[in-house]
Amino acid sequence: MHLHLRRKIVNRIALGASLVAMACGLVFLGWILWTVLMLGASGISIALFTQMTPPPGSSGGLLNAIVGSLILVGLGTLAGTPIGILAGIYLAEYGRRSVLGRVTRFVNDLLLSAPSIVIGLFVYALVVAHTGKFSAWSGGVALGLLVLPVVVRTTENMLLLVPDTLREAAFALGAPKHVVIMQVTLRAARAGVVTGILLAVARIAGETAPLLFTALSNQFWSLDLREPMANLPVTIFKFAMSPFEDWQRLAWAGVLLITLGVLALNTFARVVVRPEKSSH
Amino acid sequence: MQERVRRAALPSAHEDAGSASRQHRPNESWGDRLFGGLAGGLAVLALVLLGGILVALTIASWPSIQKFGIGFLFSAEWNPPAEKFGALVPVYGTLVTSAIALILAVPVSLGIAIFLTELSPVWLRRPLGTAIELLAAIPSIVYGMWGLLVFAPLFAQHIEPALASTLGKLPLVGALFDGPPLGIGLLCAGIILAVMIVPYISAVMRDVFELTPAMLKESAYGLGSTTWEVMWSVVIPYTRNGLIGGIMLGLGRALGETMAVTFVIGNTNFLSSPSLFLPGNSITSALANEFAEADPGLHTSALMELGLILFLITLVVLMFSRLLLARLNRAAGA
Repeated sequence: MHLHLRRKIVNRIALGASLVAMACGLVFLGWILWTVLMLGASGISIALFTQMTPPPGSSGGLLNAIVGSLILVGLGTLAGTPIGILAGIYLAEYGRRSVLGRVTRFVNDLLLSAPSIVIGLFVYALVVAHTGKFSAWSGGVALGLLVLPVVVRTTENMLLLVPDTLREAAFALGAPKHVVIMQVTLRAARAGVVTGILLAVARIAGETAPLLFTALSNQFWSLDLREPMANLPVTIFKFAMSPFEDWQRLAWAGVLLITLGVLALNTFARVVVRPEKSSH
Repeated sequence: MQERVRRAALPSAHEDAGSASRQHRPNESWGDRLFGGLAGGLAVLALVLLGGILVALTIASWPSIQKFGIGFLFSAEWNPPAEKFGALVPVYGTLVTSAIALILAVPVSLGIAIFLTELSPVWLRRPLGTAIELLAAIPSIVYGMWGLLVFAPLFAQHIEPALASTLGKLPLVGALFDGPPLGIGLLCAGIILAVMIVPYISAVMRDVFELTPAMLKESAYGLGSTTWEVMWSVVIPYTRNGLIGGIMLGLGRALGETMAVTFVIGNTNFLSSPSLFLPGNSITSALANEFAEADPGLHTSALMELGLILFLITLVVLMFSRLLLARLNRAAGA
C-alpha cells in the first residue's frame, strides 16, 4: 500500500510539472504578444506608413523600411522558390534512394538549421567584398539562400505524400516523366508546396542577422538594388538599441508590424494546407 | 515551366495518332532528361552551397588564421586598434548561454511534449500545439526587444537579487550567481534563448513520442503502470535517440541565434569573473555589432574566423542531431 501510494504521488507530481511546463510556454507566448501589441499599438499612426525614418529627435515613419523589407523578401522568395521546388522534385521523384539523393537530403537538413548569420557572412564574402559595397540585391541573395532549404524540404515531403498509384496511372497513359511530375504529382501536392513557401516567407520576413552584412540599411528612400536598402528588421535593431524615445516607439511599431505579418502568414499557411498532417 | 511542359505534351499526343510517332520518342526523352538533369543539378546546389560556405569563410578568415594560428581560440584579448584578436570571450559566451538555455529548456520541453501527447484532452491538443508552434514563428528580433526592454529590467529588479541571496550563497556554484544585478548579461541571454528553443525541442519530442508503438504503451498500462511510469520507463527509453536529436536541434538554434542574444548579452569583450550576471559577448553578437564598422583588414578577417568557428560547431551538433533522428525514424519504420 505504501509503494502504491508513493507511485501515485510521483505520478501526480510529474504530471503536475508537465502541466506547469505547458502553462509556462503559454504564459511567455501571451506575455510577448501582449507587450508587442500594447507598446506597438501606441506607435501605429498614418505617419508610420507615409513618412521616412527620421533622424534622432524628430518624428517620422517607417515607409522606406516597410517598402524595403517587402522588396527584399520578394527578391529572396523569387530567388529561392523555383530552385527549391525543382531540387525538392529531384529528391522526391528521382533521387529517393540514390546516394546523391540521400547526401543532398542530409545536407539540406543541415542548411535548414544552419545559423542565418553565417549565410550573411557567406554572401558578404562572395558578393559584398567583391563589389565593395552593401547592396539590396546581395540581401535578396542571402534571404533566397534561407528560403531554399525550407522549400526543398516541404516540397519533398508533400510530393512523397502523393500516392504512387497516381504516378503509375499517369505513366500507364504514356506520359513522360516530367509531364507526370508537373501535371500530376506537383499539382496534387500544390497546397502543401504553397504552405512551405508561405512558411519560408514568414521565416525570412523577420530575419535580421543576414541583412546586417548585405543590404545593411538606409536612412533614406531608395529603390536602387545596387545601393544599401532600408528594411524593417535592421531599422528596428538600430532604433531599439538607441536611447531616443522617438526611435524606440518606432521600433515597437515595426516589431508589431513584423509580428502581425509573420503570425498572419503562419495562420494562413495552416489554413491553406489540407487537414491531414504531414508525414512522419 | 508549365508552358514548356504543355508544348512537350501536346505534340506527343497528336503524333501518337499519326505516323511520325517514332521520330518523337527521342524528343520526349530529351525533354525528360533535360528536366531530370535540371532538377538534379539544382539539388546538387545544396552540396555546393555547404562546401561554398566553408571555402568562402576559410578564405575570408585566412589572414587571421595565418596570423594567430590556434592561439586565436585561447586568447581573451579583443583589441581592434592594436590588431590583436582572440576568440575566447565570444566562444565562451556562446557556449555558456547555449548551455543555460539547454538546462532550462529541456525539462520544460519534455513537460510540454508529455502534456501534449498524454495529458491534454484531445480537442485541446491541436490549438495548444499550434500555440507552441507560434512561439517558434515569432522572429528573434521580437524576443530581443522584449528581452531588453521588458524582461531584463524585471530580471534585474526581482529575479537576480533573489538568485544571489539563495543560489549565490552556495559553496561552488555561488560564484556563478554573484555580482551586480544588471539585468542584461549571460544569464539573461540564456533565459531568452531557452524561451526561443523550447518550441523547437518540444515539437520534435512530441513527434517522436507519437512514434512509440501503441502496443508497447498499452502493455505497460496493462501491467498497472501509472502514466508517468509509462513515459519514463517505456516511451522515453524507446525514443531516446529522437529526444537527443531534438535537443541537439535546439542546441543548434541556440548556438547560432543572433538578434535575441545581441540585445541582452551586454556586448563587452572583458571577462573578469565567472558570474553569469555580468555582460559578455557571443560569436553572433560580436559579429552583429562590429562587422559593419570593422576595417576591411585583420578585423574583418578575425570576425570571419569567428563565423567559421560558429559554423563548424553548429555543423557538428546538427549532424549528430540528424543522424540520431534518422536512426529513430528507421527503427520506427517510418
